[in-house]
Amino acid sequence: MSDSSEPIISISGLTKAYASGLQALKGVDLEIRRGEIFALLGPNGAGKTTLISIVCGLVNPTSGTVVADGHDIIRDYRNARSKIGLVPQELHTDQFEPVWATVSFSRGLFGCPPDPGYIEKLLRELSLWDKRNAIMKELSGGMKRRVMIAKALSHQPKILFLDEPTAGVDVELRRDMWQLVHRLRTSGVTIILTTHYIEEAEEMADRVGVISKGELILVERKSELMKKLGKKKLTLNLAEPMAQVPSELSDWDVKLNADGSELEYVFDGRAERSGIPSLLRRMSDLGIGFKDLNTHQSSLEDIFVNLVTERKAS
Amino acid sequence: MSAAAFNARGVWAIYKFEMHRFRRTLWTGLAVPVITTSLYFVVFGSAIGSRMTEIGGVPYGSFIVPGLMMLSLFTESIFNASFGIHMPRFTGTIYELLSAPLSAFETVLGYVGAAATKSMIVALVILATANLFVDVHIEHPVAMLAYLLLVATTFCLFGFIVGIWAKGFEQLQVIPLLIVTPSPSSAAHSTRSRCSPNPGARSRSSIPSST
Ligand SMILES: Nc1ncnc2c1ncn2[C@@H]1O[C@H](COP(=O)(O)OP(=O)(O)O)[C@@H](O)[C@H]1O
Ligand SMILES: [Mg+2]
Repeated sequence: MSDSSEPIISISGLTKAYASGLQALKGVDLEIRRGEIFALLGPNGAGKTTLISIVCGLVNPTSGTVVADGHDIIRDYRNARSKIGLVPQELHTDQFEPVWATVSFSRGLFGCPPDPGYIEKLLRELSLWDKRNAIMKELSGGMKRRVMIAKALSHQPKILFLDEPTAGVDVELRRDMWQLVHRLRTSGVTIILTTHYIEEAEEMADRVGVISKGELILVERKSELMKKLGKKKLTLNLAEPMAQVPSELSDWDVKLNADGSELEYVFDGRAERSGIPSLLRRMSDLGIGFKDLNTHQSSLEDIFVNLVTERKAS
Repeated sequence: MSAAAFNARGVWAIYKFEMHRFRRTLWTGLAVPVITTSLYFVVFGSAIGSRMTEIGGVPYGSFIVPGLMMLSLFTESIFNASFGIHMPRFTGTIYELLSAPLSAFETVLGYVGAAATKSMIVALVILATANLFVDVHIEHPVAMLAYLLLVATTFCLFGFIVGIWAKGFEQLQVIPLLIVTPSPSSAAHSTRSRCSPNPGARSRSSIPSST
């Protein structure tokens, strides 16, 4: 049953129509490999939380099947769910419970016998040991999130879902979280996280699935994906506003923004030549000065538009 | 490793959690019924009780004790059970219940079991308080406990439905008001019918049936 080549989660033909009539998932097929870190990347409202919620048992699918570690999540929900831990997107906590009690409670809910030694290890690992007797409402947001992670890990799951784990999280916790995720992976836990930051997917994941409007647009190894997502944008704050782009600059894909005070140049970040040095040289030849400049990775939304149109075209 | 067919530890975790919540508010949870019961006896017992000496051979003060217990059992059961399940819905912590390997039956068992325990404790505290004011004689203790348990469970199950159905805390309050307030009069009446050989119109109208 635990054949290591077999996917740990297989999702097929999964759809979800909410009561409002909204089609949140439109036939998702996805396989998660044993022991990998998988990032589900998509803008807000793409259906990431819906997908996770179905696998974890919070939302009923409209159609399709999900098998987690060999167990159908509906017919064999007990076995499936005892393998899965979930850290939801929002901070939901019992305000009046002490940290130790709430983590032990989670372990009990999942039917595991008490194991104070393991809970202690978990709390120490998440820098929560000093706070074990603190009441939840006394904790900062970051600390609460750590407790949510401890709760999700309290029953030693083989699969961990992290829904937007770094949204609204400070730098330190973010770093700790990445370290924890890597340690967990080393210990054999499969991790699925969602994010709407490309950087996050890039930093963390082995494989990335891109989801938009309820459809999984592509699933690729991270390195492959990063090659595809390459558009960058250079913005120059001009010293003097311009009425129109001089014809001498027509070799570059530039346009004027902010009433002519900004010049924007979109280029392929992975191409051999960006065209930036020659553009700047030409501008200085023309006597166009600028006060400031910055480059910007194109937003996920832009990339989605590209990917979707590409897919439609092919 | 395969998960057990019945998640007893999960049920126990919910039960303990709910009882712990109860202990945290123990003071108000128990002080309120003790005080209201005492007030009942002080106010009604001295004002009316002295004039209405006996009902079917039972002194008036003792006669109203089962009615007082039932009244609290109804309200406490509905309130505890509806609040117990509404709270995680409200705070969002219900995600954990839904993602746990628990059947609907086990979830209900945990919440209803804890709520029924609480309301039975309150009923028994009322009985003990009443005992300080009037002479309470329990004819069938086992039957009484069984009756308390069945009534508590029934009303807790109803309360659980209310807690699941309610869209907010107002609705949580409205249902007990609509259903429980009229029902003690009928319950008190039925208790009376069984206690008293002659449930006359006079006793029906003179016994306080709502707070
Ligand atoms: N309970 C719900 N009822 C109706 N629509 C919902 C519900 N939950 C989410 N949606 C809608 O489904 C879509 C996908 O939402 P979600 O899965 O939360 O996206 P993401 O997590 O990617 O931001 C959104 O348009 C959202 O408004
Ligand atoms: Mg989401």
